Amino acid sequence: MPLLEVNHLEVCFGLRSGSVKALRDVSFTLERGERLGVVGESGAGKSVLGFSILNLLSRPGFISSGHVNFEGKDLASLSPSELRSIRGNRISMIFQDPMMTLNPVLTIGDQMVECLLAHRKISMADAKRVALQKLKQVQIPSPEKRLDQYPHELSGGMRQRIVIAIGLLLDPDIIIADEPTTALDVTIQAEIMDLMLDLCEKNNVALILITHDLGVVSQVTQKMLVMYAGRIIEQGPTKEIINDAQHPYTQGLMNALPQMALPGQKLNQIRGSMPPLQNIPRGCAFNPRCEYAFETCKHNLPSFTQSGNCLVACHMVAEMKQVAAHKEEL
Amino acid sequence: MTDSTMKMDAPPSTWQRFKESHFWHSFRIDRVAQISFAIFVLYVVMALSASFIAPFDPYDPSQIDILDSEIPPSWDDEGDERFLLGTDAQGRDMLSTILYGTRVSITIGICAVLLQAFLGIVIGLTAGYVGGRVDSLLMRIADIQLSFSTMMVAIIVLAVFQATFGTELYQELAMIMLILVIGIAEWPQYARTIRASVLAEKKKEYVDAARVMGFGRLRIMFRHILPNTLSPILVISTVQIANAIISEASLSFLGLGMPVSQPSLGSLISSGFEYIFSGAWWITVIPGLVLIVLVLVMNLLGDWMRDVLNPKLYKG
Amino acid sequence: MTEQTNSLVQIRDLYKRFSISGDLLDQLQFKGGKIVRHQEYVHAINGVNLDVMQGEALCVVGESGCGKSTVARTVMGLLNPTSGQIAYKGERIDHLNDRQILPFRKKMQMIFQNPYASLNPRMTIQQTLQEPIQFHNPNMSAAEVRDKIHEVMFSVGVDPTWGERYSHEFSGGQRQRISIARALAVDPEFIVADEPISALDVSIQAQVLNLMMDAQEQRNLTYLFITHDLSVVEHFGTRVAVMYLGTVCELAPTKQLFSQPRHPYTQALLSAIPRLEDDRPDYIKLIGEVPTPVNLPSGCVFHGRCPHANERCRQEIPVLRMLDDGTQVACHGVEENRL
Repeated sequence: MPLLEVNHLEVCFGLRSGSVKALRDVSFTLERGERLGVVGESGAGKSVLGFSILNLLSRPGFISSGHVNFEGKDLASLSPSELRSIRGNRISMIFQDPMMTLNPVLTIGDQMVECLLAHRKISMADAKRVALQKLKQVQIPSPEKRLDQYPHELSGGMRQRIVIAIGLLLDPDIIIADEPTTALDVTIQAEIMDLMLDLCEKNNVALILITHDLGVVSQVTQKMLVMYAGRIIEQGPTKEIINDAQHPYTQGLMNALPQMALPGQKLNQIRGSMPPLQNIPRGCAFNPRCEYAFETCKHNLPSFTQSGNCLVACHMVAEMKQVAAHKEEL
Repeated sequence: MTDSTMKMDAPPSTWQRFKESHFWHSFRIDRVAQISFAIFVLYVVMALSASFIAPFDPYDPSQIDILDSEIPPSWDDEGDERFLLGTDAQGRDMLSTILYGTRVSITIGICAVLLQAFLGIVIGLTAGYVGGRVDSLLMRIADIQLSFSTMMVAIIVLAVFQATFGTELYQELAMIMLILVIGIAEWPQYARTIRASVLAEKKKEYVDAARVMGFGRLRIMFRHILPNTLSPILVISTVQIANAIISEASLSFLGLGMPVSQPSLGSLISSGFEYIFSGAWWITVIPGLVLIVLVLVMNLLGDWMRDVLNPKLYKG
Repeated sequence: MTEQTNSLVQIRDLYKRFSISGDLLDQLQFKGGKIVRHQEYVHAINGVNLDVMQGEALCVVGESGCGKSTVARTVMGLLNPTSGQIAYKGERIDHLNDRQILPFRKKMQMIFQNPYASLNPRMTIQQTLQEPIQFHNPNMSAAEVRDKIHEVMFSVGVDPTWGERYSHEFSGGQRQRISIARALAVDPEFIVADEPISALDVSIQAQVLNLMMDAQEQRNLTYLFITHDLSVVEHFGTRVAVMYLGTVCELAPTKQLFSQPRHPYTQALLSAIPRLEDDRPDYIKLIGEVPTPVNLPSGCVFHGRCPHANERCRQEIPVLRMLDDGTQVACHGVEENRL
C-alpha cells in the first residue's frame, strides 16, 4: 500500500463570478522514502495541491471530490483532532518564505519546543534536547545560541534551515516543501537542497517538492509530475522526463530555459500564457498554445497514455503510440 | 506578436467598471451600509430643501406667535396638527427649526472637513515625499497641534473672538469661524494618514520610474502618488464629518457655536435643555435624536468603508 | 583602465553607504561616562570601477547584498554616490540637479524588477505612455504622440487598442512589456534593467528576454543588465561583472567567464547553478555565512569564506587587474599565480 495516494482530487474555489476549479482529476501515489517533484508555472495549481493534501485550504477553496489517502485512511474523513495529530507530526510542510513562517516575536527555541510539546508528552528539558539535536542535523553552527535568538537576527539561509529543522522535529513520514529555495541565493539554495536530499535519504522521509525550477527537480527528485491549468499533463521518473519529455508543454518549458539555447540566439518561447482558471479552453487546456494541436485537441480532454515509464496526457502522443503499435503488428 | 490567448473585448466604461467593482458588490450585500447610506441621503436631501419643505420659516418674526409656545408634538393629546413635532419656547415650529438646523450642521461638517482635508493632504504629501528635516518639522507641528484638544482651542479662540469683536459681528461670522476653527484643528489626522500612505507608495517602482523619466517633485506628488492615497482619505472623511458635526454641536451647546438666530442642531439642543425639567422634553430631545442618528449612520458608513477599502482584502 | 572612446557610461571609484543609525538623537549613546556619537552604515558599494561600452550588454551578477541593485540606482541618479563619479559619454552626471540632468533622462532609461509595482495603478496604459512622450517632446502634436504610443505598444507585443485599460487588468509578463514600452517611448540609448525577468514565469521570461534582444538590435541599445540568474547571463550578456559585497571580483567576456572562471567566488557561484544533467547538487562548498555589509571584513571582502585565503588576503584589498586573456580579476591568489 503506498504511503500517500491521491485519487481524482478536485478542488474548487467559490468566487463571486462563479465556481472555479483549481485542481482537476489529480491522481498520483507516493511510496515511503520516495521523492516527488511537482512542477508548473504560477497558476498551474501546484501550491493548491500541497495545501489540499493536508486539508489546509481555507474558504473559498474546498475539496469538491476525490480522496487523499494517507496509509490507507482518507484524510478528509478524519475528525479535526485526528487531522491535527497528522499535521506536523506525520506530514509536515515547509513554505517559501522563512520570515513569514517563523513567528517574529518568539525565539527559535520557543517555537521548536512548542511544536514538540503539541504532539508529544515529554518534558521541557527533553524537548530542548530534541530541538538541539535537530538543529545539529541541519548543520547550523552553534545551535545552543540559536535557541535563544529571534528570527530577524539570522540570515535567510539559516532561517530556512531552522524551518527544515522544525519540519523534521517530529520525524514525519512526508515533508511537503513549497518552493523552499526560491527566495534564497543560488549558493545557499545548493546547500539547502543538498541538505534536504541528505536528510530524506538518511531518515527515509518522503518528499514532495513543489517548484518551478526544473534544475532543482532534476537534482533532487526521483519522479515528477508536471501541472498545467490545474491538471497533471505528464508524470513519471524524473530522469526520463528531463531527458525525453513527451508532452509539448513540458518540452516547451525545457526548451525555454536559457541553457537550451545558443548564446546570442533568441530563446525558444512558448507563445501566449497560461489561461486564467476561470477561462480554461475546451478540450486540452494547452491547445491554443500548442504547435501540434489538431481538431481532437480542441474538443476532447486527453486521457493518460503510457509512454515508457511515463504517463502523458496528450492526443498527439496517443496517436503516435497507436501508429507505432500498428506498425509493430504489421 | 500579440498575446492572442487572452481575448479582450472593448475596455469597460467607467460605469461598467463601477458596477463590477468590489466596492459596489460589498455595498449590495451589506444591509447596514445600504440603510445607513439611505438615511444619510435622506438627511442631505431634507437639509438642502429645507427652505422648500419646511412648513414655516422659524426665523421670520411674523410667522411666530408666542401663544403657540411649548406645544407638544402632534401625537400627544395636547398637540396641534399644525406643528408636527411641537413648538419651542418662542412658538417656533420644531420641524422647521430642525430642518434648518440640520442644514447648518451638515454644512459646517462638510466644509470643515474639506478644509482639514486640503491642509492635511498638502502637508502630509510634502512631509511624506520630501522627507528629512521638512518631514520632522511638519510632523512635530502636527504632534504639538494634536496635544491641544480641539475643544479647548476652539473655546479659547471663539471666546476671545466674541469678547474682542462683540456679539453682533460674531453672530454674522459664526459659521465661518466654526468652519475655520474645526478645520484647522483637525488637519493632523489627514496629514498623518496621507504621510503613511505616501511613505508606502514612495518605495514602489512606479515612483522610481517617474523620477527616472525626469518628472519634477510636484508632478510626482500630485499626479502620481496622490491618486493612490485616496482610499484612506475616503475612510477617515466620513468619520471626520461626524466628528466635526459633534464638535460643532458641543460648542453650540456651550454657547460658543451658532447663535440663536441661525441655530444648528447643537444650539437647538442647548437652548431647549432648561425646558426638560418643566416637562417640555421635545424641545431638546427631538433635535438630540436627530443628531444622534446622523452621527451614527456616518460612523457606520465609515466603518463599512474601512473594511471594504482595506488594501489587504481588496487588491485594486 | 584606459579611457576608450566608445565607452558610454563610466563608473569611477564608486562608494555608497547608507546610514542605519537614525537621526542625531538616536545616534547619541552613553558609553563609559560620556556621550558618544555612534554611527553605523551599510556599505553597499565599495570601490566599483566599470565602463559600459556602446552596444554591449554588460551583466552585473551577484547574490543578495552584493550591491548590484544599488549600482543600478546610483547610475540612474535615483541615489547619490557617497564618493566617486558617474559619467555619460564623458560628461559627469552624478552631481547634477533635477533640471541639469533632464537632457540625460531622455537617453538613459530603466526597467524594474517588480511588474506589479512598476506601473501606476491609477493610470491607464495610455496615460502611462503618453506622459513621458509629451514631457520630453513638447513640440509633438497630439496625433504624433498617439502614433508614437501605438508604435511602441505594437513593438513590444501589446495590442494598441488596450490603451484604455489599467495595469491590474494585465498579467505579469504583459506588465513588464508595458514597462519596457515606457522606457523605449523616449528613444533612449542606454537602458539599465534591474532584474527585469526574475519575477516572471520561466516561459514568460523567454518571451521578455527575446523582446529585449530584439529591441537592442532594432534600436541600437546598450544594456546594463542586473541579475542573479547566471543562465540568463550566459545567454544574453556580452560581458559579465561578478560582484560580492560591493566590489567587483571578476569582469570578463561571457564565454570566458563561463569556460574559465578565475576568481574563487565566481567558481563557487557557477558550480551552484542547478543544471538539468546533474544527479545531485554538485557545488563548491563555501565556509561560513555571508557577512553583513555593515561590518565589512578587512582586506579582501571574500577572505572569510575563501578556501584559498592567506595572510595578505586578510590585510590587503585586491585591485582589479587585467590578465592576458582579457579577464579582469581582483584576487591576490590569481595575481600570485597560486590559483
